[in-house]
Amino acid sequence: MAIPTDLGVTDFSTPSDTEIRAIRVFDAPRELVWAMHTDPKHIANWMTGPEGWTMPVCEVDVRKGGRWKYMWRKSKGEEMAMEGAFVEVVPPSKLVTSERWGPEWPETINTVELSERGKQTVLTMTIKYPSKEARDAAMATGMREGMEQSYARLDRVLAAA
Amino acid sequence: MKDLAAPFEMSGPAVSKHLRVLERAGLIARGKEAQWRPRTLQAEPLKQVAEWTGEFKKFWDASYERLDRYLETVQQEQDSPEPETLEAQGDGYSD
Repeated sequence: MAIPTDLGVTDFSTPSDTEIRAIRVFDAPRELVWAMHTDPKHIANWMTGPEGWTMPVCEVDVRKGGRWKYMWRKSKGEEMAMEGAFVEVVPPSKLVTSERWGPEWPETINTVELSERGKQTVLTMTIKYPSKEARDAAMATGMREGMEQSYARLDRVLAAA
Repeated sequence: MKDLAAPFEMSGPAVSKHLRVLERAGLIARGKEAQWRPRTLQAEPLKQVAEWTGEFKKFWDASYERLDRYLETVQQEQDSPEPETLEAQGDGYSD
């Protein structure tokens, strides 16, 4: 597996039919990157995705079997929540959690591994879905409408052949 | 061919070349009729690529970028005499 050498770049891949993976190097010691993922004081300060979202709810009970819950809110009031449990907690190198967006969504197993590379930290996050179908469906979220419009447009061009 | 080329400002041969690339990539399929060979869009592989650059990537790219800046700020704070100022700033960890 190729590890990106540059800071500021995330390497996204699909290591198997049921997984998606992100690898990124941070210019910080491993203990601090660990704290960023486990201390609620830090989590809500960065794990908020695209601009405009905040994380008003961030509850974590960081121990094997402990529960966690995140809720995000967009300025116009849109909300998104997910929760789960801590499956494995090995500070500062490995954090395994279960995650579910809601009853209609499949549960995923998320593994965050942190390794040291000099003074930097290599983060590998792997999300495992129960099936390929579940993974593909989750990856499609939020994209369907825009893509279908694009396909329809392209289809019209191709249909002219 | 002529129909396909019509919407673009490029020559017939240039369009043919693009079509061959798209075919090799499995993104379009060619019909069998000798004189009239309609192309149909094979959306699935294209869709997977597009979706991969979708929400998941968007979320983590944005979050990790923010984490880069936040880590920098936190490490600077650790070196300074007043480590509590970060919290008072709220989201003031941007550049």
